[in-house]
Amino acid sequence: MTEQDLLTRARAFVGGEATPPVTARDAVNQPMIRRWAEAMGDANPLWHDPQVRAAGGFAGAIAPPAMLDVWTMARYRPGGRTADEGMPVLQLFDAAGYTGVVATNIEQEYLRYLEEGDIVSMRATVADVSDEKRTGLGIGHFVTIDYEFTDQRGDAVGRMKFRVLKFKPPLTQAAPAADGEKPNKFPHPRPAITHDNAFFWEGLKQRKLLIQSFGGRLVHPPVPACPETGSFDWTTVEASGRGTIHSFVIMHQPQLPCFDYPLPVVLVELEEGVRIVANMLGATADEVAIGKPVTLDFVEVEPDYILPAFRLA
Amino acid sequence: MTFDDLHAGQALPELIVPITASAIVAGAIATNDFENVHHDKAAAQATGVPDIFMNILTTNGFVQRFVTDWAGANARIRRIAIRLGVPNFAGDVMKLGGEVAAIDPAARTAEIRVSGRNGIGEHVAATITIGFAEEVR
Repeated sequence: MTEQDLLTRARAFVGGEATPPVTARDAVNQPMIRRWAEAMGDANPLWHDPQVRAAGGFAGAIAPPAMLDVWTMARYRPGGRTADEGMPVLQLFDAAGYTGVVATNIEQEYLRYLEEGDIVSMRATVADVSDEKRTGLGIGHFVTIDYEFTDQRGDAVGRMKFRVLKFKPPLTQAAPAADGEKPNKFPHPRPAITHDNAFFWEGLKQRKLLIQSFGGRLVHPPVPACPETGSFDWTTVEASGRGTIHSFVIMHQPQLPCFDYPLPVVLVELEEGVRIVANMLGATADEVAIGKPVTLDFVEVEPDYILPAFRLA
Repeated sequence: MTFDDLHAGQALPELIVPITASAIVAGAIATNDFENVHHDKAAAQATGVPDIFMNILTTNGFVQRFVTDWAGANARIRRIAIRLGVPNFAGDVMKLGGEVAAIDPAARTAEIRVSGRNGIGEHVAATITIGFAEEVR
């Protein structure tokens, strides 16, 4: 599913029910109020002291207004919510890899304070699905849900706007392998793995050199969108491994601790038509020349960290 | 406290909230929020964050409490709007501060601005509208 398909499908939910309506399993009650006030460290006598609330015009226990949506929350279940307790619009994002969820905004309006014995019902409507946003947590979409709360008489008691971010958890960056035998060894430089280039590094782990293909137009290094058309639709093709040296340099200085010098670094034109930078293996500096045919090989720098390299054909 | 005691710019006394794992879990359970990122460290880490973090309904509760601690039992909360920034991870400390941002003499309500900051930045920015019991009854 492309990003645009996902957004179109998600926005089809806007204006519709986010979940089936829910009626609270328990009426507003003192034990839940007490537990909430304890968790918040809230000593307001209005929640605890019958005389204070009577002076305020309330007969029974009253609930802190911020508990508005607590009464209709889904029950605890071992293993988490069942699929039918979730929101289809959010599940759509889960299925597309936006598995992270974090609530970002609440706006609550209280029409009256809830009293002991009130039975709260809620209806939830999908209000908005944002464009893709880059956030500190990862890329994602904000989804806004509007809630209406009513009591046992059907009268409105409050409203809430609730916004969550559905995001793609950032990819795990490989940590340099611990090396107990050589504590002073300088770690090999690591690639920065992003959602755009993860396929490339995953392919290398399987000793495959993958090239991005936008409908047959091959691109390397990996990009988010086709440089020609802007399309986000791409697949990959595996390189044959045959190519020729298009250009090269022999590195002498500066010398990084984990490479051998002089180090031939080649720009190889693959027979598929794209060019890639890699190190040469098994060739001295004076054997490397523009136009020479090369074949692909792989270097396992550390377990699960594999780099492409070339040998003279 | 009554409406007539309020003036714009008035500061609310600061509140320090230690964000222990226990505080996060107690708040999550009290608000009936059983999302695993609020009680299960391994599940939270699987989403790319370092630890469990406070759920938004608990932050909402602390914001409400922060205002009524100061405004007293006669205060009536009409509206709370909060926006979360950085999470309240276990082991952090949140400092809540606020002030009277605006007075509406016709409605006899006041708008309170609240900001909660922790060790990594602003956790919550909130706007709360309050009135007082004797004004509505």
